[in-house]
Amino acid sequence: MAEPQSLLTRVTGAVLSLLLVGGILVALVSWANGRAAARESYDRLLLGAASDIAESITIQEGRPVASLPVSAFQLLAQAPDDRVAYAVRGPGRELLTGHADAPAPRARARGADPVFFDAQMQGDAARYVELTRRFAERDFSGAVTVTVGQTLRARNAMALGLTQGALATAAAAGLALLLISVFVIRSAMRPLVAMAGDLLARDPYDLTPIATSGVPAEVAVMLSAVNRFMARLDRQFGAMRGLISDTAHQLRTPVAAIRAQAELAAEERDPERQRLALSRLSARTRGLGGLLDQMLSRALVIHRTESVPREPVDLRDVALDVIEAEDHAHIAPGADVGLVIGETPVTVLADAFSLQEAAKNLLVNSLRHGRAPVRIGVEAAGGEARLWVGDAGEGPPADLLERLGGRFERAAASGGQSAGLGLSIVVSVAEAFGGRVEMAPGPDGFRVALVLPLAPEAAA
Amino acid sequence: MIRLALLLLLLCLAAPLRAQEAVTRFGTGATEMTIRSTTDAGIFRPVLDAFLEAHPDLSIRYEQWGSNALYALSREECDAGRAGADAVLSSAVQHMVELVNHACGWTWRSARTAELPPSLRWRDQLWGLTREPAVMIYNRDLLAPADVPQSRFALLDLMRQKPGLLRGRIATYDIEASGLGYLFAFSDSLEATTYGALLEGFARAGGVATCCSAELIRAVSDGRFLIAYNVLGSYVSAVAPRNVGVVLPGDYTLFLSRGYMIPARAAQPQAAAALLDFLLGAEGRALMAAAGMIDMSGPSETGLQQSAMRPIQLTPALLVGLDQQRSAQFIALWRAAFGPGEGLPPAP
Repeated sequence: MAEPQSLLTRVTGAVLSLLLVGGILVALVSWANGRAAARESYDRLLLGAASDIAESITIQEGRPVASLPVSAFQLLAQAPDDRVAYAVRGPGRELLTGHADAPAPRARARGADPVFFDAQMQGDAARYVELTRRFAERDFSGAVTVTVGQTLRARNAMALGLTQGALATAAAAGLALLLISVFVIRSAMRPLVAMAGDLLARDPYDLTPIATSGVPAEVAVMLSAVNRFMARLDRQFGAMRGLISDTAHQLRTPVAAIRAQAELAAEERDPERQRLALSRLSARTRGLGGLLDQMLSRALVIHRTESVPREPVDLRDVALDVIEAEDHAHIAPGADVGLVIGETPVTVLADAFSLQEAAKNLLVNSLRHGRAPVRIGVEAAGGEARLWVGDAGEGPPADLLERLGGRFERAAASGGQSAGLGLSIVVSVAEAFGGRVEMAPGPDGFRVALVLPLAPEAAA
Repeated sequence: MIRLALLLLLLCLAAPLRAQEAVTRFGTGATEMTIRSTTDAGIFRPVLDAFLEAHPDLSIRYEQWGSNALYALSREECDAGRAGADAVLSSAVQHMVELVNHACGWTWRSARTAELPPSLRWRDQLWGLTREPAVMIYNRDLLAPADVPQSRFALLDLMRQKPGLLRGRIATYDIEASGLGYLFAFSDSLEATTYGALLEGFARAGGVATCCSAELIRAVSDGRFLIAYNVLGSYVSAVAPRNVGVVLPGDYTLFLSRGYMIPARAAQPQAAAALLDFLLGAEGRALMAAAGMIDMSGPSETGLQQSAMRPIQLTPALLVGLDQQRSAQFIALWRAAFGPGEGLPPAP
């Protein structure tokens, strides 16, 4: 497998290829521009020289005569190292003065004047202009053409100079770009390196969040994802730790009691009393089974609240399901449970299974500790949804009420049953879905309610 | 007999047509290079001897030419693509500029040529070697010191005030016979309005146009002429007759740099380039200065302001003087002042 490519290498490669392509483009464009600029400026000089010469032509005794001005050549000397050719020709293109080999434009555009054209000058490429001056004098009438040409040294030197200037600028800009990108990448990646070091140096059980201050936003996104992940791990660890210690704690007393009763039953000689002891032992193990069920259900609820996606749940369905399941029947056989629900759905964002477990526990608690009749109800008020269970009694004593919901609380009257554990499931579910547990005396008795925020669309 | 006479006649006719005045050989090296020059071989001898001492493998065939003929020949060889001289050295630098402008030059760059100022170097194909003033000379015995003109204005005044003194006894180069004479006269016409007045003055005073520096100097020394105008100073210092005085005109003095070029088709361009670098080097310059071809005197010695020194620059502007119509006009004007040449064959 190939080494992962570093970001720096990638960006440097990208910048370099950009510079290469850009450099070639800049070179081509500036060469074209430079040539055009050089052509334009030196064409003006050529035209100036030709105009000077044309201006100097006079008609003497019926003949056009040029009095070649030095100024024309001083203009051409702006290109100091270029050779020069010129010719003045009469109406029949006969040479009046100048170089006989100065060429004429190949196809003269009608009316175009002056005409610039490229041609050779003794084997070198050269640029020419041809200018026409028309005379209408008594003794001479016709056109006199002036041709002036120059080789291309100065033009090429100027074009090259302009190109080099543009390329030098582009190269400097490219170098600066490269340096800046290296610097920026280095400084942007530094927090990642620090983070890696931080993670490596960490205690394996340290799941506290990594500080996100001073890191670039892009890195902060990743960092907060890592932090969220670690927080989830932390909660899972906590749940596991809680489950293990709860299990150990909760199981110790009933298991010790079972062992004692089993020993008693084993030593009993009287068959009648032995049977009684055995039936007590059986009741004890049933109670242990119920306790185990609740503990597993609590662990499941805590696990689900962490891992199962939230979906809209109608609390009325939850209440109906709990009554129809009739799990409470074996705790209080024949007990009547009243259902108080409205016409409109009461929707919250949660996990239906966890809510059902919470509702069951509330109901079982009421049936076990409260005074009949017991009712279960659902209502929505003030942006909050309530799933409540009420009975006709006054509720637990105030000092017990203070401590309820903790993991190991058990009412003194519970007699080995797990009221505290049931309530702690309700509290966990409430916390997991952003709600709370309310315990208060209502108008018609004591009520325990699971209060959750209404789902946004239902609240609207 | 008749044949021999005809042959002699042909030879006599051919010689001035070819205008090759003398051939001198220097050195004994195996590789012979040809130099065509307008300069007298005698003046160049010390320089060439020193060069050959450093390059014993070379020998030099030195041909002396009239400037117009030298130009005609070089141009003809260039157009025909024929190898001729390996180096051409001419005082008629407008001809050299025209040859280089016609792509007849061979390109050479070296540290020595790079030291030349831009005005004495064109396209790395033409180099100005010397610095020689265009002067007025006069006969010390016949011209009173008070009458010696120190400038063109003084010369004009003298011609106006003492027409009898100078009648028929003032001379200058025939510009049709001498490329150098033409260059000086044309440069004068561009330099100042005194040129027109001078022509007028020469016409009134019966000025004489003649050929060749040596003859002019001799004629002034002999008293045939009192004053000669626009004579190349280096020739005067080379001949240096006792009774000939030299004036660098105070209004302005033209300085000529002889043009050196290597023809594109030269057989021995490297030898010619070696000679060029030698001539531009310290030793070559010292020897040329000793031969009077590099006038290094500053304003204090000549009494000449820096601004009055007008070097003739090697630029395409010199082509103006070669323009057919312009030179025809120029020569016509000049001929009107001087009349037809004095006993010399009219130049082609």
